[in-house]
Amino acid sequence: MTLEPGLYHLLFISTALFFIGVYGFFTRRNLITMLMSIELILNSVNLNFITFDKYLWPGKMDGLFFTLFIIAIAAAEAAVAIAIIINLYRSHQSIDVENAEDLKY
Amino acid sequence: MSGSTILFYLLAALTLSCGVLSVTTRQIFRAAIYLLFSLIGIAGIYFWLQYQFIAAVQIVVYAGGIAVLIIFSIFLTQQAGEKLPKQKIGRKIFSALAVFCAFALTMVQVYQHEFSNIVTDAAPATVRNIGEKMLSTEQGGYALPFEVISMLLLAAMVGCIVIALRSKPETK
Repeated sequence: MTLEPGLYHLLFISTALFFIGVYGFFTRRNLITMLMSIELILNSVNLNFITFDKYLWPGKMDGLFFTLFIIAIAAAEAAVAIAIIINLYRSHQSIDVENAEDLKY
Repeated sequence: MSGSTILFYLLAALTLSCGVLSVTTRQIFRAAIYLLFSLIGIAGIYFWLQYQFIAAVQIVVYAGGIAVLIIFSIFLTQQAGEKLPKQKIGRKIFSALAVFCAFALTMVQVYQHEFSNIVTDAAPATVRNIGEKMLSTEQGGYALPFEVISMLLLAAMVGCIVIALRSKPETK
């Protein structure tokens, strides 16, 4: 372990961010905050891909493209999730997961 | 301790502390703002790694798009100033313990693993290289995933409109 930032430091940040997101996913009961935790998890994965792309496979750009596609899919996922959340709020007046227990409404 | 090192640690501290605050604060609007700063910190780390294109995409899509979308949906579904209900302390402790153990296990695995041939001074990918590879149809090109993503975005857009469409009133 050195003080100079390198591969291991970035992996530490990425892992820490992933588990912060998992903690939020476990403890939160509001759908929007759970979505925020998922965004944190996706970002940690992106950081991991970029780190490996820079330090282990430089010049190949595979990690870079995975990150780009993950960002695009995350945007689509957030949009669909928010549409579902707003629809749920209209029918239940609440976005708490404990209240959303009907299969079909 | 050079300026670049200090900058890296500052960005890391910003990202992680804002991430922690985002999942622990009880005011949902503040959680969204902390999430925004965490995403900006990650964009800063991409800049630090000299991946300028990814950093720009991160700022445009995450900080500009998803954070604003989340803030809008908070305004649509939440009474302003209302705090989230308190969680059970047992659930919090159990989650923190489980997450900490998993984190420690993963970090032990990472530090024990010797990565071979770490390259520290690689030339960063230019936007020209990225564009050429993204639209290349040869071996290792990304033209097909690019087109599939465009179809996925279109499908997601149509799906959002259909889901969020206000249903017609039953009686008239």
